[in-house]
Amino acid sequence: MTQHFQTLVVGSGPAGIAAATVAAEYGSRVGLIDDNPDIGGQIWRAQRGKSGPDISHGGGAERWSKRLFASSVTRLQGWSVFDQPSPYTLRAERQNIAADFSYDQLILATGARERFLPFPGWTLPNVMGVGAIQAMVKGGLPVQGKRIVVAGSGPLLLAVAAALRAAGAVVVCIAEQASIKSLTPFALSLVRDPAKILQGLRYRASTFGVPFHTGSWPVAATGKDRISSVTLSIHGSLQEIPCDYLACGFHLVSNIELASMLGCRIDQGIVAVDELQRTSIPGIFCAGEPTGIGGLEKSLLEGEIAGLASAGHPEKTRSLITQHQAAARFAVKLDHAFALRPELKNLSQNDTIVCRCEDVSFAALQGHTSWRSAKLHTRCGMGPCQGRICGSATEVLFGWNASSVRPPVLPSLISSLISPTDGNPSSLQKAK
Amino acid sequence: MPKPIRPDSVQITIDGEPRTIEAGTTVAVAIAVAGLPGRTSVSGQPRGPLCAMGICFECRATVNGIAHRRTCQIVCEPGMDILTQ
Repeated sequence: MTQHFQTLVVGSGPAGIAAATVAAEYGSRVGLIDDNPDIGGQIWRAQRGKSGPDISHGGGAERWSKRLFASSVTRLQGWSVFDQPSPYTLRAERQNIAADFSYDQLILATGARERFLPFPGWTLPNVMGVGAIQAMVKGGLPVQGKRIVVAGSGPLLLAVAAALRAAGAVVVCIAEQASIKSLTPFALSLVRDPAKILQGLRYRASTFGVPFHTGSWPVAATGKDRISSVTLSIHGSLQEIPCDYLACGFHLVSNIELASMLGCRIDQGIVAVDELQRTSIPGIFCAGEPTGIGGLEKSLLEGEIAGLASAGHPEKTRSLITQHQAAARFAVKLDHAFALRPELKNLSQNDTIVCRCEDVSFAALQGHTSWRSAKLHTRCGMGPCQGRICGSATEVLFGWNASSVRPPVLPSLISSLISPTDGNPSSLQKAK
Repeated sequence: MPKPIRPDSVQITIDGEPRTIEAGTTVAVAIAVAGLPGRTSVSGQPRGPLCAMGICFECRATVNGIAHRRTCQIVCEPGMDILTQ
């Protein structure tokens, strides 16, 4: 048997929460499916031992979670969507059981991941993403007194540095690859947005005393079984810094795999949508980071718009669409301010691993002219992550378009591919 | 199933070794806190979590007999049996 929802929402971050809540408030029978243990996505990820989104950073988390919990949305946490066994049906796996979920309308709110770029030593344990270390800390990783270098690119660097300091870590420095020249217009453009300035000041205050280097990036990590130091290029001069962790991510990449598998039109790495968040496939909407990296505000607005449109109330989206135009302009500014510098393409040595699943080196990839050729000859992108990490790296390094998505979009058990079970009723939680 | 010694902790085993872990801890963190290297790559390199959000599969381990589970997305439960890969 298959569970049926009028509106099925994939992803329970801000966009998914907004979409599901609004659609349910307008009378739709809504399922909200997500592969994490709790709702909130990445930005509102719950702190260890606490249920529900992390409301400590504001941004509407408390308001939206109250609305969600008051609604009739059926929450399906811990379910990874991996296939479309038939039209208007998705198959998902939770531990060792599989279930089918059918829908009239589907809203994809699959969020974003960090972009990782290879450099010597980046595969050492304790070198991880910027959002990653924050997720680990929220998952219980003790960082009291640990020396952490935060590097890469994007607004996340400051936010996470502040959170790490609050958790008792010694944030040695922050290395942002973007130049002060590209960041200044971005910072000035925020003057028109008091809320963002306030947020910026809060991060500034809580990272006070932490050196913030622009035009700086990691060139190598060293260590035996885990990182013990990182060498940064700081304004052109190399500096080796002992550390326990390197948190390094180069801004974000849209998670478009599911949309792509379902046949939605992808345009320059993002899911193409109209003003009501409709994709090119009838009945499928997309909201939040998959339609372009733009942050919390854009995600919430797009979620609300998609929720209303899916519930048959497109006329109620007008003021939201106006607000969305401003949020979309912010997204363009983000893109420009944190554009990756060409020097980052030259960090790999011949023996630097690029594909971490199959341990494919930089040297092995040279000479290939496409992602497909590299896959066929080196196994690059053929491991469990299916090229999600090395694909977004080779896009920067070689200009390859790493988009060849086929089901299953995540590694799945053979039993899940063969037959769906009914879904374990005890794991199907009604929103309380 | 072993009884938790404190209500806010759970007992699990990692590579056969009993461990007491604060409730709500993810399996990826439990492995890191145990000081274990995590995964060994196809060419024998030690690896730890990279993305911590279910994308990279670097944190994968065998959980309760099921291989290749993304441990960053699993919260420790009493009696959980974890084998690093």
